[in-house]
Amino acid sequence: MPKRTDIQKILIIGSGPIVIGQACEFDYSGTQACKALKEEGYTVILANSNPATIMTDPEFADRTYIEPLTPEYIERIIKIERPDALLPTLGGQTGLNLAYELARRGVLDEYRVELIGASYEAIETAEDRDLFKAAMAEIGIDSARSDMVSTVAEGLAFVEQSGLPAILRPSFTLGGTGGGIAWNLDEFKSMLEFGLQCSPVGTVLVEESLLGWKEYELEVMRDLNDNVVIICSIENFDPMGVHTGDSITVAPAQTLTDREYQHLRDASIACIRRIGVDTGGSNIQFAVNPADGRVVIIEMNPRVSRSSALASKATGFPIAKIAAKLAVGYTLDEIPNDITRETPASFEPTIDYVVTKIPRWAFEKFPGSDPTLTTMMKSVGEAMSIGRTFKESLQKGLRSLEIDRFGFGADGRTLPDTSSTEIRRRLRVPTPERMFYLHHALSEGWSIEEINEITKIDPWFLAQLKQLVDMEAELRADAKKRSQSNAAELPQPDMALWRRAKENGFSDFQLGKIYGLRQSKVRALRQAAGINAVFKMVDTCAAEFEAHTPYYYSTYERECEARGSDKPKIMILGGGPNRIGQGIEFDYCCVHAAMALREDGYLTIMVNSNPETVSTDYDTSDHLYFEPLTREDVLSIVEAEKPQGVIVQFGGQTPLKLVKQLERAGVPIIGTSPDQIDRAEDRKRFKELLEDLGLRQPENDTVTNEEQAIATAERIGYPVVVRPSYVLGGRAMEIVYNHEQLERYMRFAVEASPEHPVLIDKFLEDAIEIDVDAGSDGERVVVGGIMEHIEEAGIHSGDSTCSLPPYTLVHSQVDEIRRQTHLLAKGLNVIGLLNIQFAIQHGRLYVLEVNPRASRTVPFVSKAIGRPLAKIAARVMVGQTLEQQGFTHEIWPEYVSVKEPVFPFRRFPGVDPVLGPEMRSTGEVMGIAQTFGVAFYKAYEASGQRLPLKGTVFISVKNEDKRSICLVARQFEHLGFTIVATDGTGAILKRNGIAIEELLKVSEGRPNVLDMIKNGKIDLIIDTPSGDAAKADHHLIRKEATMRDIPTITTLAGAMAAVQGIASVQAGVEARALQDYHSQLKRSRSR
Amino acid sequence: MSSNAVLVLEDGTVFRGHSFGARGERVAEVCFNTSMTGYQEIITDPSYHGQMVTMTYPMIGNYGVNTPDRESLRPRVGGFIVKEVAPLHSNHRAEMSLPDYLVEAGVVAIQGIDTRELTRRLRVDGAMMGILSSEDDDADSLLAKLHAAPAYVGVDMVRHVTTEQPYAWTGDDHRPQAPVGDDGQLSLFEGVPAEGQARYHVVCLDCGLKFNSLRELAARDCRVTVVPASTSAEQILALRPDGVYLSNGPGDPEPLTYIHETVRGLMAAELPLFGICLGHQMLTFAAGGRTFKLKFGHRGGNQPVMDNETGKVEITSQNHGFAVDPDSLAGSGMVITHLNLNDGTVEGMRHERLPVFSVQYHPEASPGPHDANYLFGRFIDAMAARR
Repeated sequence: MPKRTDIQKILIIGSGPIVIGQACEFDYSGTQACKALKEEGYTVILANSNPATIMTDPEFADRTYIEPLTPEYIERIIKIERPDALLPTLGGQTGLNLAYELARRGVLDEYRVELIGASYEAIETAEDRDLFKAAMAEIGIDSARSDMVSTVAEGLAFVEQSGLPAILRPSFTLGGTGGGIAWNLDEFKSMLEFGLQCSPVGTVLVEESLLGWKEYELEVMRDLNDNVVIICSIENFDPMGVHTGDSITVAPAQTLTDREYQHLRDASIACIRRIGVDTGGSNIQFAVNPADGRVVIIEMNPRVSRSSALASKATGFPIAKIAAKLAVGYTLDEIPNDITRETPASFEPTIDYVVTKIPRWAFEKFPGSDPTLTTMMKSVGEAMSIGRTFKESLQKGLRSLEIDRFGFGADGRTLPDTSSTEIRRRLRVPTPERMFYLHHALSEGWSIEEINEITKIDPWFLAQLKQLVDMEAELRADAKKRSQSNAAELPQPDMALWRRAKENGFSDFQLGKIYGLRQSKVRALRQAAGINAVFKMVDTCAAEFEAHTPYYYSTYERECEARGSDKPKIMILGGGPNRIGQGIEFDYCCVHAAMALREDGYLTIMVNSNPETVSTDYDTSDHLYFEPLTREDVLSIVEAEKPQGVIVQFGGQTPLKLVKQLERAGVPIIGTSPDQIDRAEDRKRFKELLEDLGLRQPENDTVTNEEQAIATAERIGYPVVVRPSYVLGGRAMEIVYNHEQLERYMRFAVEASPEHPVLIDKFLEDAIEIDVDAGSDGERVVVGGIMEHIEEAGIHSGDSTCSLPPYTLVHSQVDEIRRQTHLLAKGLNVIGLLNIQFAIQHGRLYVLEVNPRASRTVPFVSKAIGRPLAKIAARVMVGQTLEQQGFTHEIWPEYVSVKEPVFPFRRFPGVDPVLGPEMRSTGEVMGIAQTFGVAFYKAYEASGQRLPLKGTVFISVKNEDKRSICLVARQFEHLGFTIVATDGTGAILKRNGIAIEELLKVSEGRPNVLDMIKNGKIDLIIDTPSGDAAKADHHLIRKEATMRDIPTITTLAGAMAAVQGIASVQAGVEARALQDYHSQLKRSRSR
Repeated sequence: MSSNAVLVLEDGTVFRGHSFGARGERVAEVCFNTSMTGYQEIITDPSYHGQMVTMTYPMIGNYGVNTPDRESLRPRVGGFIVKEVAPLHSNHRAEMSLPDYLVEAGVVAIQGIDTRELTRRLRVDGAMMGILSSEDDDADSLLAKLHAAPAYVGVDMVRHVTTEQPYAWTGDDHRPQAPVGDDGQLSLFEGVPAEGQARYHVVCLDCGLKFNSLRELAARDCRVTVVPASTSAEQILALRPDGVYLSNGPGDPEPLTYIHETVRGLMAAELPLFGICLGHQMLTFAAGGRTFKLKFGHRGGNQPVMDNETGKVEITSQNHGFAVDPDSLAGSGMVITHLNLNDGTVEGMRHERLPVFSVQYHPEASPGPHDANYLFGRFIDAMAARR
């Protein structure tokens, strides 16, 4: 069937900010969809609040709305644009839920917008537990047995049949309160009683436990002609009980016979037909009982998912792109397979390698959180790796994680506690470290049977791990033989053994640790023996057809498929797995570099290990290497490709930390020189630079022990910021206010030593923080954007809300910022991008930090000013001047853009959601409007926390803020809010003539503030904690508010912005396309 | 590590790896299969007689082997080539490990070679003969032996794999036994048991069939009698079948003139005929058409085939090195019904008048997707229509 001509305009809804469970994979899918639909001549309308996405670049859609993803805003957009169709299946759960809600409210009918891809009924059947279960029963597919019970007796009758353990899910409780797993009958009874009490409707869903079953996923596609294909099968390493997003997963399925696999395939096809997903991709999850093969369907996502992104990267089959084409009427056989060109997309990819995905967690960012992996996803990113065997793939995956591991053990790292009981516990309870405890247990000779008994991990996987441990033992024996040799010249390591080790994915780093050799020596030795990485292609067809897309992975075999080229080559190093502090923003910059240089005729080479990203789409660059970003792996690619230049400044910290090693190995790094990067990072050199330039920084010093620390702090005066040197994303950074805190920090938080000094900076209290992004070609420096933070200095810039242009700075201050930016860019001889953090305290400008590289704010600034900073910088790095690119003047928009971070606190109950110098946000949103107030309000709303337009506001502020809060409170009063406060703040407010209702503190008895919150009587909380360790009251209040989604503002500046926003929005807001804002820029420029 | 094994191709390319099957030396055509599951079905598929199979999926042996998944009574491949064999298999249905199975059956097998390189070579240079040895590791000597081995062209492979005696399919725990007459002599024409509820009697001409064809027919209430490939049309007609199933099988279809003759006789009797793979090629020759050898064949479980009559695409399981020349069908009475979407080759045909149809691929799957399963239904319908 040819494409539909009865529709012209299609609305796509993105997935909003990066949050746990919904990351940049939806930028990848959405970008593919936008490209595919535009290619087909449709007008694409896009709504997404996340500025760090490629899809929201103005050229990817005809009309781009960076607006909050709420039904109200989407309705406004529909009203303006009048699309013919809405494609709901490419924007994650957010996009799907919104589309569903709009259909439910009748908005789609009212404006005659057709849902394409999946109908309302299909979404409902897939998403509603009961409907889904019934639908599956209809077509003979088993679901987990369950029963909704309202008495203990009913529950007992159920478990009598289906056995224990059983899972209890009380109906309508918040965050799963009262639920859990019951392992024995006593526990079951008491948990059920409690669950029935917890549930407001007095019912509990009791479910058969599938813990320990094998878990599989199939990626399915269907077209309008009812052709269905399976793109990929995935087997989880971690059995049922760990969320699939938190599981190590492997593609294809490993331990299913053809009969069993075909059974899952048949069931998947039946499922997608029954649910009625008309076109596009779906993800279907199954559990299989290892004892008897019983198959149970767990769930179906009637949309493109995280696993679809993984499946696309794992097979080379672009699921989202094809899904978009199917949605407009094409059938699979009408769409060519890009990779083979000659064969159609109506086939099932077959692969001749093993793909492993390993999640990346960030528990270290959330002290006090429980790192146990459960059915609630907690990972913030993932790495994917490709190898010819599972062993190779796993080892590559582990060294891709950016956790300072270089494979499955043998990398010189040790475990804190290796007592037998501890090992047993760590094997039983899944955590991010379980893999390394498996290594330990196998090394200690634990049997596969025993470990399988404890972990339920399939013996096939364990046997593979055992092979790695055995090989490590062989290597150690060889190393020992060598070290015990009396010969004058040490004997060569056994190169035949090394070859096998390399085939099994051992890194040079691991070999170096085992043999006591430097990595570079290991490399030299093996290369002399002819042991070199070769590159194989990902081609969807296991070499049956010729592949035209150079998408490679490394392995140690005989034939290398990497191709030469006459074009000048530029290699871009990506950012690796997403984690807090290193997210989609850097991938955005890498993609831009690839796009710009490709346009200019360079052959671009991308290296990255993150399957969720646009950068790892084979379409983005000319050559794609899906590889770990380690010295060894990057050097192998450099040797194969021999690029003229390597760009390291776009991928964040991951490539930056390789800079020195790469430079030493002779890799041609372009852009700002590694020495200048070091000058900005090295405290001593940086201090000298600032002194040379005559710029001011907060008083600071470097210390190596507690005494020095205390002496220094006393000299420069408390409060001070303390942190270990060379930290990323504010790791272990703290603001300390007194002697005791500093002592505690030095004793428990860091291990200071001459090799690992601790940095102490004067903390600038009540200062305004400013971020600047600028570009420089070595001659000219142009400011991209000056962003004023709303929170005062001391909160990690990644966690701060900021405004572009600044909203309180005066001209002279802005001029001074510009002057210093120019000096610093010149001083560091920046070629490319530069990010500076300034602070203004008492009218004085301080330089806090300079990063001569792309920063997290580059995409935001680019969108705000309508110029692609990363592209401009990439071109500068290959020799074009800013003038040649027409970027000679700073753009100062008339409208205001606000960037607001989003936080994962709900995923980590028990963690105090207060902001500090340690970054904890996972993503960000953007609000744009003609005034600051509206932009702030929109950004806040887009971050998922709507500010109330009326109601009750609870105010509790620290002493320093008490004077200023009166102004804010008065504004709230004028806006018609009821103000409640406890005695301290309340007294001040009353004294200033503001009517308040007084509340008891938690410690003062009941009913207190917490009761009010729990009863839903409070709509907004303004709670600024004193820098001194937050009081128990505040902790409880914020925790409760987080769980209940009550907007909580923890800074005075935030409160001021909020009240301004509420005031503006009470007057009404509108949606407006990014393209319109940008043409406003052009108009003002031409004026 | 196990002992060494060497594979030498006709063009002199040498692959050195490790033996994981029986000790020995085999000469056979080297081909590759792209299925990611189903190695046991592939190993036991009689169509692979005279061929050694390279699995493109690198990790093989993961789930062991079991009795119900075999497609004939023993391994049939002339050699087995993989990247890596699992050190331990894991599946609740497994009965034994793959290496043990191969050793027991005398199959020579090699692991630890660059199977992707081998596959690419076969794709680029076309199908080749090879010699696989776990006894001789001198490449020159092996190449000499390979060159001295008799050529495959014009050889009847079917006679090596067809059943020696006719038998009735009795189900999955199948131990085929020839029906024995009262006089103790094997009797083709009297011994076939009439099964209780069977609606149709199907005779299956065994050119190297896979058990799953029989399972599929039996599941549709058919009583199945399997007869040797050399059975004549008269002998088959004497069994009074409702339809005849022409099975898959190995090798070059052209020299099998005795089967062409049989099929011609069955067509003349206007019986419902359903041919798959080699059976499809037998129908081609019977109708006056020809086949040609593909460069490296279709072997895998992901081949897209379009049903010209419905416009639907089915993902099919395939294993063939020859294909029907569409031009040769002109005037034969056969109409092309299915085409391969990858390379446009003929995948299915039917007679314009007779209840006769065939496909080049494997609707019985095993291994592979079940999309083409409906064809068994069509065969049943054809038999029903004749009643």
